[in-house]
Amino acid sequence: TGGMGCRVKDYLYWLYYQYQLVTCSYVLEPWEQSMFHTITVTVLAMVVYTAYVFVPIHVRLALEEIIF
Amino acid sequence: MANPSAVCNGHLHHHHHQKQNNLLKSGISKKNGITKGMKKNGVSNGTLYKKTFIEHFEQAPMYVAVFTFVGFAVGTIFGYLRDFMRAWGLEKRNIAAEREQQKDFVPLYQDFENFYTRNLYLRIRDNWNRPICSVPGPQFDLMERVTDDYNWTFRFTGRTIKNVINMGSYNYLGFAETDVNALKTVTIELEKYGTGVCSTRQEMGTLDKHVELEKLVATFLGVEDAMVFGMGFATNSMNIPALVGKGCLILSDELNHTSLVLGARLSGATIRIFKHNNMQSLEKLLRDAIVYGQPRTHRAWRKIIILVEGIYSMEGSIVRLPEIVSLKNKYKAYLYLDEAHSIGAVGATGRGVVEYFGMSPDDVDVLMGTFTKSFGAAGGYIAGKKGLVDFLRTHSHSAVYATSMCPAVAEQIIRAMKCLMGLDGTTQGLQRVRQLEKNTRYFRRKLHEMGFIIYGNDDSPVVPLLLYMPGKIGAFARRMLEKNIGVVVVGFPATPITESRARFCVSAAHTREMLDTVLNALDELGDFLHLKYSRYSKSSHPELYEESRLELED
Repeated sequence: TGGMGCRVKDYLYWLYYQYQLVTCSYVLEPWEQSMFHTITVTVLAMVVYTAYVFVPIHVRLALEEIIF
Repeated sequence: MANPSAVCNGHLHHHHHQKQNNLLKSGISKKNGITKGMKKNGVSNGTLYKKTFIEHFEQAPMYVAVFTFVGFAVGTIFGYLRDFMRAWGLEKRNIAAEREQQKDFVPLYQDFENFYTRNLYLRIRDNWNRPICSVPGPQFDLMERVTDDYNWTFRFTGRTIKNVINMGSYNYLGFAETDVNALKTVTIELEKYGTGVCSTRQEMGTLDKHVELEKLVATFLGVEDAMVFGMGFATNSMNIPALVGKGCLILSDELNHTSLVLGARLSGATIRIFKHNNMQSLEKLLRDAIVYGQPRTHRAWRKIIILVEGIYSMEGSIVRLPEIVSLKNKYKAYLYLDEAHSIGAVGATGRGVVEYFGMSPDDVDVLMGTFTKSFGAAGGYIAGKKGLVDFLRTHSHSAVYATSMCPAVAEQIIRAMKCLMGLDGTTQGLQRVRQLEKNTRYFRRKLHEMGFIIYGNDDSPVVPLLLYMPGKIGAFARRMLEKNIGVVVVGFPATPITESRARFCVSAAHTREMLDTVLNALDELGDFLHLKYSRYSKSSHPELYEESRLELED
């Protein structure tokens, strides 16, 4: 039956549903939804990657500016 | 020596606390002699309004507006993509398209309205135009309808969905019924007259039923005379041109119904719009009209007429009638009051906003209303002084050209009105009005407590529940139907683009159980779709309510 896993799954589905409603991808046809999700995930992944690579460098430089 | 306050069980303390709040509130917010926000009897300008006038137009948090625009942006982008695919033949064209021979002419289907209809409205089109197959009482039957190609075409499966709770019909007093006893007189008249009248009022279409009905309407409203027409929309659009013409000025509320707008435009008079229910805006327009007169010649306007509605059906707000009447008396203008939704629905005995505010019907020059909403029939009326109604009998387009009201429908109105006035010997009419008031109060209070954003006056049976985001419009309507509740959702262009809503019409025929079912479903759905945007839930302290929109233009 799932128990704890079922609640997590329901919550994740609810989050996905909210994302669909808020971005209006709920009204799109399935192939349009796939396209939209791919684009969104790609953009999000690029943002996360950029943050991971560049934010520490910028923070370190900013701190060096402040200290010297 | 019993303590007198003990008898009141704390009411004394509570009353004192409230009175302090009132004085504080009125001290701060007095402006131009008209208080904003809460007004209580006997405190500050209590002479115009005899009871409290509470309206809510709460604004949603900023992120809601942002997400609404994001939603529309996504819809628009995909709309362009689909249009592109359709134009280049990558997809089958189901839409109206121009013929090959017309390619060099001005394009027909490129404007925003068509784009919106094709790409945004069409995707959730299954929530509108649902055919029903029973009387639209508190519950009704729907024909089940499915689509195989994403709402381009529909087909009926043949099944009916039974006993769907009806929260969308304008059945305020519950007179849309099929009870044989109730419709006895209507059946008799139907067998006597048949259904067709086959003539206009001025030729051979005036039946004794119409004369009886007009006398009854005049008695009901407390005016000298009335005239009835076969169609409510046509009552407005065909009679305003008869009353005003070129050289007259029409001051019309921002959110007036299309029938009033059409009538105003057809008349050829100059139209000026004032902000919704905003008396400062109206007064400014009146003063400018009287000081500057007509545009180029600066002559006085032949007539100045103010067009307002009793209850505005998209907002649920009630017109500020006492202030408008005092303005019209001061500046010598005329008042045309469209009571389509308010006749029968507000007022202590159901006589509309005039009674709701405790005013006399002589204050309003032209009283107009429809029989479609509270009386379960069809048609409209215009009532007022005998001279006005006699003029309309000769000069109205509707009287000359439109077929008059069907006699069976007239009898339905007569029996409903007699029931309301108590002339049929029972108190059923008054009970219905009381039941509607109770239902309205209960429904609105519960929705506020749950945390939804509701617009409008506390006493109006029209309850708009704000949804905001375009994705939620379709989801809300479909899920409510799955729970066997039928609702009406409205989006752009009937409402502003960011404020799409679901509109509930409370009826006297709804039982407490039905309302509880709907409220439970709304509670569940509100959590599931995350619709509870209100920041003022779970309390009914007056000072926390948002002030009604009363900003001056400049």
